[in-house]
Amino acid sequence: MVVRLQGDPFGPGAELDAFTEAVGGGGAVATFTGRVRSTPDDPLEAMTLEHYPALAQAQLEALRAEAIARFGLIDAWIIHRFGRLLPGEPIVQVMTASLHRQAAFDGAGFLMDTLKTNAPFWKKEHRPGRDSWVEARASDDAAVARWT
Amino acid sequence: MRVLYFAWLRERLNRDFDEVDPPESVTSVAQLMDWLAGRDEAFALATQKRELIRAAVDDTLVGHETAIAGARTVALFPPMTGG
Repeated sequence: MVVRLQGDPFGPGAELDAFTEAVGGGGAVATFTGRVRSTPDDPLEAMTLEHYPALAQAQLEALRAEAIARFGLIDAWIIHRFGRLLPGEPIVQVMTASLHRQAAFDGAGFLMDTLKTNAPFWKKEHRPGRDSWVEARASDDAAVARWT
Repeated sequence: MRVLYFAWLRERLNRDFDEVDPPESVTSVAQLMDWLAGRDEAFALATQKRELIRAAVDDTLVGHETAIAGARTVALFPPMTGG
């Protein structure tokens, strides 16, 4: 598994175990898991992630290859969900492995910052009586700019 | 040529795609948007802020100046919000 788009929930721990097993002897593994946010001030009923399948797969594979080459990673995997998600469920997980920690941290940060603005997914939030598309944020563009 | 729409652009147009045959004078993504806006008021309104529209030609992300000659699919969509 390298880049996987799926509608069903996944288990972050099981995915990490599979990745760690697959990459063998690298000394450093970094994982980021993004989940559906819902706070007491702003409770969410659900979220729907729309995506453009062919482009999403191609973009994530290209970003993965770029991360491996740029940071000298042993490997990197990306899982991203689409469809209807409930609060607390995982949306995305990136896992990177390298010989030493900095490359694993940087690779995971690069993948998350770039996929947010370069992979064709769109979030719609469902609140009681109100649905709204999440707007792209200037801070997301700033996050990706730090890698250029 | 098939023009695909996603997210709020799809909702505002009330359809997933259009099958179109633009004239030869329409050579870029920007010109395709101008042409679509000229024949459909809903499209014109939804894409008024062109800087909010991203594009892909045959499943590759591109800028608005990109040529569309020979393209099978052009996708138009809002800024992406995954992750």
